[in-house]
Amino acid sequence: MEENFDFYRGAPHDAQKNEKGENFKNSEAFGARVPSITKEEMFSALASCHGKELQEKFSRARVAVCGLGGLGSNIALTLARAGIGRLRLIDFDTVALTNLNRQQYAACQIGMYKADALRQNLAAAAPYVECEAYRERITAENARELLCGCDIICEAFDGAEDKAMLVNFALENFPEKYITSSSGMAGMKPANTIVTRRVTKRFYLCGDGESDVDITGRIFPSRVALCAAHQAHAVLEIIAENF
Amino acid sequence: MVKINGVEGDFAGISVGEYLEKNGYVISRVAVERNGEIVPKAKYDSTALADGDVLEVVSFVGGG
Repeated sequence: MEENFDFYRGAPHDAQKNEKGENFKNSEAFGARVPSITKEEMFSALASCHGKELQEKFSRARVAVCGLGGLGSNIALTLARAGIGRLRLIDFDTVALTNLNRQQYAACQIGMYKADALRQNLAAAAPYVECEAYRERITAENARELLCGCDIICEAFDGAEDKAMLVNFALENFPEKYITSSSGMAGMKPANTIVTRRVTKRFYLCGDGESDVDITGRIFPSRVALCAAHQAHAVLEIIAENF
Repeated sequence: MVKINGVEGDFAGISVGEYLEKNGYVISRVAVERNGEIVPKAKYDSTALADGDVLEVVSFVGGG
């Protein structure tokens, strides 16, 4: 019981039972069985789900996830599970308690840099994804350098100005890259109001377009995950159609 | 006529910057595409709308 409590800091003990009602071991949660899976086995499993030809395209793709909050952590985890070859994770911030409702971090990761924590979590879920963690704030001054070498950019920031900055920067400066972005996923509107819109050939916009967290004052895990899934799916569609 | 976010209007002759200002957009929160191409922020005031133009104004809101 003691060791379980250390791992799930603050969680009630009876929440830590596995399917058979046994106490859940830390080693079962993260990573213990991972090294026994070979890269070939992993690829073969992914190819059986996605098709071999498409999986080869996924394996070659290089995607940058900008901002690792509710959108970015969910997007990155989905893309890692899909077997995207190289992911660049960029965020200056650390994991906070108020992030846990919607972001893919464990309670024991509070205080860690999100880039480092997410890299750990992706490695547990998808051990052969090549993952670079950048603890930096993206600005118009360093964006060119930080996004160099990526085919697709996922804008996953929180603030409206930051979102607009990155989308404008990418469309003005990287005519060869694709960008996906999200706007409007706060509040409690129905799930079906979240959509993906292809604004231009290389710019996909997800969300309901209007639910501003600064106005609704609430942000729920379900709608953020829906929006993140739209963005991650736009990435897979872009790769399937163009790579 | 100019089509802006799917709605046609008589906006020919005015600049992108003027249109945004008159319609209450916050410049730091928008991205503007004209005929499928991004309009650089530095060119909002010097880009005049012409008959037949299709404009998309994306106004971002917070949350993520």
